[in-house]
Amino acid sequence: MKLAATVAFVLAVVATPREAFWAFGVHAAVVVGAAAAGRLPPGFLLRRLLIEIPFLLFAVFLPFLGSGERIEVLGMSLSRQGLWAAWNIVAKATLGAAASVILAATTRVPDLLKAFARLHFPRVLTAMMGFMVRYLDVVIGELGRMRTALRSRAYRPRWIGEARALAAVAGTLFVRSYERGERVYLAMQARGYRGVMPELEAAAAPTRQWAGAGAVVALAATVASLGWMLR
Amino acid sequence: MSVPTIAVRGVSFAYPDGRRALDGVDLHIHPGERVALLGPNGAGKTTLVLHLNGILTPQRGTVEVAGIPVVREHFVEVRRRVGIVFQDPDDQVFMPTVREDVAFGPANLGLRGAELEARVEAALTAVGMQERRDRAPHHLSFGERRLVSIATVLAMEPEILVLDEPSANLDPAGRRELAEVLRRLGLTMLMVTHDLPYALQLCDRAVIMGAGRIAADGPIERIMADRSLMAAHRLELPLGFDLDLVLRLRREAGGNTA
Repeated sequence: MKLAATVAFVLAVVATPREAFWAFGVHAAVVVGAAAAGRLPPGFLLRRLLIEIPFLLFAVFLPFLGSGERIEVLGMSLSRQGLWAAWNIVAKATLGAAASVILAATTRVPDLLKAFARLHFPRVLTAMMGFMVRYLDVVIGELGRMRTALRSRAYRPRWIGEARALAAVAGTLFVRSYERGERVYLAMQARGYRGVMPELEAAAAPTRQWAGAGAVVALAATVASLGWMLR
Repeated sequence: MSVPTIAVRGVSFAYPDGRRALDGVDLHIHPGERVALLGPNGAGKTTLVLHLNGILTPQRGTVEVAGIPVVREHFVEVRRRVGIVFQDPDDQVFMPTVREDVAFGPANLGLRGAELEARVEAALTAVGMQERRDRAPHHLSFGERRLVSIATVLAMEPEILVLDEPSANLDPAGRRELAEVLRRLGLTMLMVTHDLPYALQLCDRAVIMGAGRIAADGPIERIMADRSLMAAHRLELPLGFDLDLVLRLRREAGGNTA
């Protein structure tokens, strides 16, 4: 339910015309409201938003590199088109990322996977996501132990030639993960797996939740379309 | 005589690389028996275990589970009856939550709804892990993951529990707790292990494998007391372990309660 609402909200944000500053204000208010409802501290949200920095850096260059009509800002010659494009990316990326962060922070992974299943996502894909989440810790643990073992033998890569050991670690890790995959499959077979994941019941979202999420999406969609009409 | 839970007759198996892992194995396990399968690494213990539920199929000989031949059309039925608990719980417990993982086996058997829920509940309760049902497996301790992996198999209501190195990597308390759980379950059991005191504590019969054959089969006290037989198969009790004392205590306690 939250998943569907987040996707719809992000779509609405992306569809909002870039000239409609006020519309982005409303979207931002919705995000802040959602964060408050989920009782997320603002610092947490901001830290998680660091992930979009590479995209924002790209956006910062646009006004300098863009073509067309130029305007003077603080003594720098900037492209008007580039400015608009940069604003567009910054605003939409931040809102989209914030919405996703809130979803991820307020939803447990198993619930998220069940949500994908409810929305009739192909079961193979949800199973793969589940495996990824389940075994990420295991693989990271293995990598950590291998690094500790390397360091215990006084391994300190100082130039590229010494990085060879790291390549070997990556290779070993891959082979080990592959072998684990085989053992997991064996264990699944031993419990009667025949190529199809059994469909376990997924709790349907209560109507009240749907109504709340629907309202958020409707608001965002209305704002987006108003933005186009008032342009 | 009752129908044996496991009947392995003249089974031979070689891996694709030509390595002969089993060479004419005969083994019968009857309901209620608790058997330790001992032997050095590479003796064919794990290969034999994988034959018991049709993961591997014999190139010669036959395997029967409760009178049902282990052939393709009976795989589902056989896998329900033979519950294999693998050595690394991370290989066995793979779903996002404990509850879903325990439900995986019975769901494969076609159970749904309340019936499935009851199976999961019963299996988790049997190993004392009912409080952990909504946790993610990677947030459990190693000992807890081992107990959950046993629950995943119990949920299929097997006739025999096959355990591969059940005490491996457990801390002493986890080892004792697992022994208590296994004893309480009271199931027919085949336990592959290098941990001889553990085998002595839990089993009443021992089978030694060597080079793909059954080298010895008998009451565990007698097998373990046969020092030359044990030494011939690289089986050693821990330093300082007083076998005579343990056996005497067992006899005095009147049976398998050492």
